[in-house]
Amino acid sequence: MDLRYSESDEKFRAELRAWLARAVPEQGPPPPSHDWPARRSYDTRWQRQLFEAGYAGLNWPREYGGRDASPTEQLVYYEETARAGAPYVGVNFVGVLHGGPTLVAEGTAEQKARHLPRILRGEEIWCQGFSETVAGSDLAALKTRAVRDGDHYVLSGHKIWCSFAHVADFGEFLVRTDPDAPKHRGISWLILPMNLPGIEIRPLPTLAGEGEFSEVFLNDVRVPIENRVGAENDGWRITNVTLRFERGTAFASEMIQLQQFLVELARIAQRVTRSNARAWDDAGLRREIGHIAGELDALWAMVKLSVSKSTQTGVPGLEGSALKLYYTELYQRIVELGMRLLGRAALSREDVGGLPSRLLLHKALQSLSLTIAAGSSQIQRNIVAERILGLPKER
Amino acid sequence: MDFRVNEDQEALRDGLRSFCEGRFPLDQLGALATKPFNRAVWRELAEMGVFALRLPEAKAGLALGMAEAVLVFAELGRRLVPGPLVWSHLAAELIPGAASGEVVVGGLDRMLPSSDPVLVESLDALDVLLVLRQDGVRRLDPRTLRAEPVATPLDPLTPLHVVSELGEGERIAGPEVAAQWRLAGGALVAGQLFGIAEATQELATAYAKTREQFGRPIGSFQAIKHILADTFVRQELARAAAYAAGATLDHPRPPGGGGADAGRLGREAGRRGRRTRERARLHPGARRHGVHLGNALPLLPEAQLGAGRAVRQRRGAQRAARPARRGGALRGPAGVWIGP
Repeated sequence: MDLRYSESDEKFRAELRAWLARAVPEQGPPPPSHDWPARRSYDTRWQRQLFEAGYAGLNWPREYGGRDASPTEQLVYYEETARAGAPYVGVNFVGVLHGGPTLVAEGTAEQKARHLPRILRGEEIWCQGFSETVAGSDLAALKTRAVRDGDHYVLSGHKIWCSFAHVADFGEFLVRTDPDAPKHRGISWLILPMNLPGIEIRPLPTLAGEGEFSEVFLNDVRVPIENRVGAENDGWRITNVTLRFERGTAFASEMIQLQQFLVELARIAQRVTRSNARAWDDAGLRREIGHIAGELDALWAMVKLSVSKSTQTGVPGLEGSALKLYYTELYQRIVELGMRLLGRAALSREDVGGLPSRLLLHKALQSLSLTIAAGSSQIQRNIVAERILGLPKER
Repeated sequence: MDFRVNEDQEALRDGLRSFCEGRFPLDQLGALATKPFNRAVWRELAEMGVFALRLPEAKAGLALGMAEAVLVFAELGRRLVPGPLVWSHLAAELIPGAASGEVVVGGLDRMLPSSDPVLVESLDALDVLLVLRQDGVRRLDPRTLRAEPVATPLDPLTPLHVVSELGEGERIAGPEVAAQWRLAGGALVAGQLFGIAEATQELATAYAKTREQFGRPIGSFQAIKHILADTFVRQELARAAAYAAGATLDHPRPPGGGGADAGRLGREAGRRGRRTRERARLHPGARRHGVHLGNALPLLPEAQLGAGRAVRQRRGAQRAARPARRGGALRGPAGVWIGP
């Protein structure tokens, strides 16, 4: 039961901190959230910086250009990048954290050579085409068809909630290659070049407004067979391999950023006035912030416990569901606190009077999706109850 | 960093668990209520190392740390072991005989003079009463106090007295010891509360698997599942926080998870755990099994160290308020600065 980082972890921290002290100011502030070309170029420029400094693909194996960092080094990385206010992974998300690791585990030599270096260098942006209108929590119910025609698949269907599709070069797509097999056994995993004829991308406006999501219509899109990753109809297993790379560090980065965000809220509370006094002078508010800080402490301790366990076993534990459940609901409470602190400034989507309305509103509106995406809170509760507590399945 | 419970710690925990399960079977807890304090059992707890755990070997201690102490107190919490456990553990370094269980030590945290009623737990069992004051730790003779028993204490296993006049007593340690005890005590209480939460969660989960309504186990209904999932998540947070409090007090270098925060989370877990216990209370054998005690007990350690609500509020705000007062900042987890 020891929370001390090792000497080599601390050495890693010192080097990273020194590098971030130079690189973050050079990178400059992010562009406006609605300016997608600028965002793509900002995020890919940062990915390139990480690559050149040896921090890209933190948890990727070395033979594919990654750093093969230990889980504790990954925690140090999240702590230090949050502390330095470094850019988030942004549009590189799907490639670096999902599609790339899937290729590492299951791709052919050609697929790896073609994509992995470009993903790590920020030269290739990926999106995800998994969900459909009829396939959400029950992802394996997906209907998008892929019919063999010679050395091509012909795709037809409709994907939804595709993050970053409108700036992506490639997509990881799940398609049905055998409509007669049981639903989990007729799915294949394809690399889809997003510039193929027949692909139509329609941005999905959300409350947050800036169109991170799109829906993707596939109208007889011809994809070469060699773009399939893994065996035909083995796609369901392949979607689950990336879990192996997380090793208990899922949400770690987001949690550390939330701690940073709470610090920002404390700063705002110093500046705004409520009932003729600074908001910060309200003992109730300070207590609320103190309480949340304690909950974040506990979550971070829980991450460390989870990482310590999975370092030994090599697989992430089921406690990921518990972490996700608590973290996302706490996130929503924190952004609600932020909205209350803004007061009437929360009526504006642009910064007013020097208050960061844009950031806070974006986080607040975005946060509504957190308890739905990646397994809703209700699904997580079912997982905790059935797989951890061993309660019987509902009939 | 390896935050897991190591093999030695597991052995210590398992030893305590089987001892407590033997000495404090749940179905006999109710019987304890007539005479909850037993000096012979107290001596056995001492022999298990509950009080001497952190003393050096030269003082017949086990030379272990706060991490181990938190694990031990979680086990004591699991079986609702009665008596002034936290105070006697803290006092082991100062009061001769406390470590061996020959001298039973209770305590009060009364930072400032106040007109609040002075409530002392287990007074009849005490040989020494310690009071934490602003100027340090003061020692009083509990037998000289004028005190009236409270007819209906919240916890049947914890007799309660109202002391009409608390003397000044003899100052036996300075404010730095009192401050250290508040921190360590907070972590021990967090451990106890986590233990109570864990044990009630296990009871409720087991019950939900066997109790049937509409021809199936009630645990198959989402309404029940989701309650138990929520209380489980809070229990696991409390575990992580209590462990972190112990580990951080042993090795203060990594920031985060300090005693006060862990204590706060432990209490939070205790409060949230009530919903688990409501499940347990539905158990037809609840009274017989002493499960109903679990409904009230988490409130007790909460009130033990510090003057209840006021301290809870102070602690809650402490972390956020301190930087403002000092014009500095307080280190949060992972080197994050909390406060301006």
